[in-house]
Amino acid sequence: MKAMVQNIGELSHRVGHDVKFMEVCGTHTMVAFRSGLRQLLPDSVRLVSGPGCPVCVTDPSYLDAAIELCGRPNVIIATFGDLVRVPGTDTSLERERAAGANVRIVYSPSDALLLARECPSKNVVFLGVGFETTAPTIAWAIWRAARDGVQNFSVLCAHKTMPRAMDTLLHDKELRIDGFLCPGHVSVITGANIYRFICERYRIPCVVSGFEAWDVLKSIEMLLRQLAEGRAEVENEYSRSVNEFGNAAAQRLMDEIFEPCDAVWRGIGIIPGSGLAIREKYARFDAAKALSVQFREAHVNPLCRCGSVLRGAASPLDCRLFGRTCSPTHPIGPCMVSSEGVCAAYYKYEGVAA
Amino acid sequence: MRRDRILLAHGGGGSLTRELIETLFLPRLENPLLKSLDDSAVLVMNGQGHAFTTDSYVVKPYIFPGGDIGKLAVCGTINDLAVMGARPLWLSLSFILEEGLLLADLQRIVESIGTTAGEAGVQIVTGDTKVVERGKCEGLYINTAGLGDIVAPNWLGAANVKPGDAVIINGPIGEHGVAVMSQREGIAFQTSVVSDCAPLWPLVKAILDTGAEIRAMRDPTRGGVSAAVCDIARASNVGIRLHEDALPIGREVRGACDLLGLDPLTIPNEGKVLVFCRAIDVAKVLAAMRGNPIGKHARVIGEVSERPPGIVTLRTTIGGERIIDMPTGEDLPRIC
Repeated sequence: MKAMVQNIGELSHRVGHDVKFMEVCGTHTMVAFRSGLRQLLPDSVRLVSGPGCPVCVTDPSYLDAAIELCGRPNVIIATFGDLVRVPGTDTSLERERAAGANVRIVYSPSDALLLARECPSKNVVFLGVGFETTAPTIAWAIWRAARDGVQNFSVLCAHKTMPRAMDTLLHDKELRIDGFLCPGHVSVITGANIYRFICERYRIPCVVSGFEAWDVLKSIEMLLRQLAEGRAEVENEYSRSVNEFGNAAAQRLMDEIFEPCDAVWRGIGIIPGSGLAIREKYARFDAAKALSVQFREAHVNPLCRCGSVLRGAASPLDCRLFGRTCSPTHPIGPCMVSSEGVCAAYYKYEGVAA
Repeated sequence: MRRDRILLAHGGGGSLTRELIETLFLPRLENPLLKSLDDSAVLVMNGQGHAFTTDSYVVKPYIFPGGDIGKLAVCGTINDLAVMGARPLWLSLSFILEEGLLLADLQRIVESIGTTAGEAGVQIVTGDTKVVERGKCEGLYINTAGLGDIVAPNWLGAANVKPGDAVIINGPIGEHGVAVMSQREGIAFQTSVVSDCAPLWPLVKAILDTGAEIRAMRDPTRGGVSAAVCDIARASNVGIRLHEDALPIGREVRGACDLLGLDPLTIPNEGKVLVFCRAIDVAKVLAAMRGNPIGKHARVIGEVSERPPGIVTLRTTIGGERIIDMPTGEDLPRIC
């Protein structure tokens, strides 16, 4: 570990200028903060977090739609735990549950499907939020529901895919990213090749990284070495799980159920082709259509800077709400709620700036 | 944002629980005994100090690997007395039962209460039984209160810790929470982890018998080690630093936490005690603890300093440093 830190120091010296690397995976954000590795990096190497937390990039209008759904009789909302505390315009799923709404936390979409089988008189709606990592499990649940003729299961889909978002960030003149730490879990499904366009088009190095602290340090070292040697390639630090082409079975399943669509990213806006919509063939499992869900413009606290934080353009410390009115106990923006959110990580692990 | 109702997280033993106590309970009920917010109240009658405490148990499922709600109800209350340096003597026992509960289950739980109380040398001396309609409680809930005699030579309150003290724990953390979670519907995973649920009094007595100057003890239940050390750092206005590579965490507990996205430091324990003592007494205390079946793996996990006051930090394995914050409390509902 010491040798690795020393190498990073020497390489950053060889590069000769300040560099900014971005990770785009909530688990990387967590690892970086929990292990304290940012303090081991030289001042000239900055690690910033991008839009890698699925809950955080979800548009508030989606939350309002989910909250509206949970108030309908005969609807059970099934969701991953992180989403229940995120505030919408007026309230959150957690608070609606306390007031009597039927909101269940599940650990996989298959459990939501099971819930639907157990409660045939209720419509079970799974909140499909996430990236390529969770999309295949949701595709699998929809595929099985179709095969078995389950009538009362649907998904409110806000799935997103990562490469287009990275592309968009590279057009942001404010950001100037020198290298990407690519998400290991996403890459298990997609393969490492999906990042090649970043190297070819923008001459920016990419390293697919694992999730131990030393994985992340090693990946930073690999990015610096590429810069020092004037290379821009996709390298794979996480070769114990990721290959060039990904998981073909998962990709086929995703392609069967989903098609690309334009998606709204909190803080970034609409990114064409960056979302996953349920295909017409499976429309009866699309909660938005099956239950006629209306998406309305949401109203969020105008001082909340989650949007800029998600682009890596602002630090949580730049936000006037951070640590004052917004804390993990009483979160205002999603980045303070999710365990993978940048604000929560700053608050928990760096402490509130005195 | 509406804040007009109780949330599950208010019961998590973290920052929302504390907020409820400080803003709703204390202002209406305040008195000098309650205000210390220790694990037990310390009452002095005729020159003898007594510790008095109460706790309710709502664990789901009510039978779990390594124990059941009955054993938990006895151990939890005994342990709150023990960490105040009190020999537990008498317990009360109140049941809230759901219509339709299997008598065989109730019998098993009461037997487990009897066995645990016998082993710990406490008597159940008063009780109550209520039944509510089916669906109005899940199986059964138990409330216990406990009374014990203080035998520690000095007060062991959370505000008593001093810079230079060492932090010791008696064994691996996170086992109770992981054992219970492994049985939950929707999560159920295969694990050989069993709850560490055990009465701490014999171990605490061995520690006190060394004559070492013990500053404070805490059983890290809800909110885990994080909540307990954060409480102490705040009450004593000291800095506490833990060392990640010294923390005893079993492989299976670590794996389960990774899977569920939880931090082992925030997982509840039911047979663990954090001991704060003077650094020069560490060898003596460790030797006494290791001579006890539930203290075999006792070790130093951190130390106390003047700065930063009220803050707990963790020296990480790779040599970084981060803050350990009071958990919010929503992660693990109904774990005890």
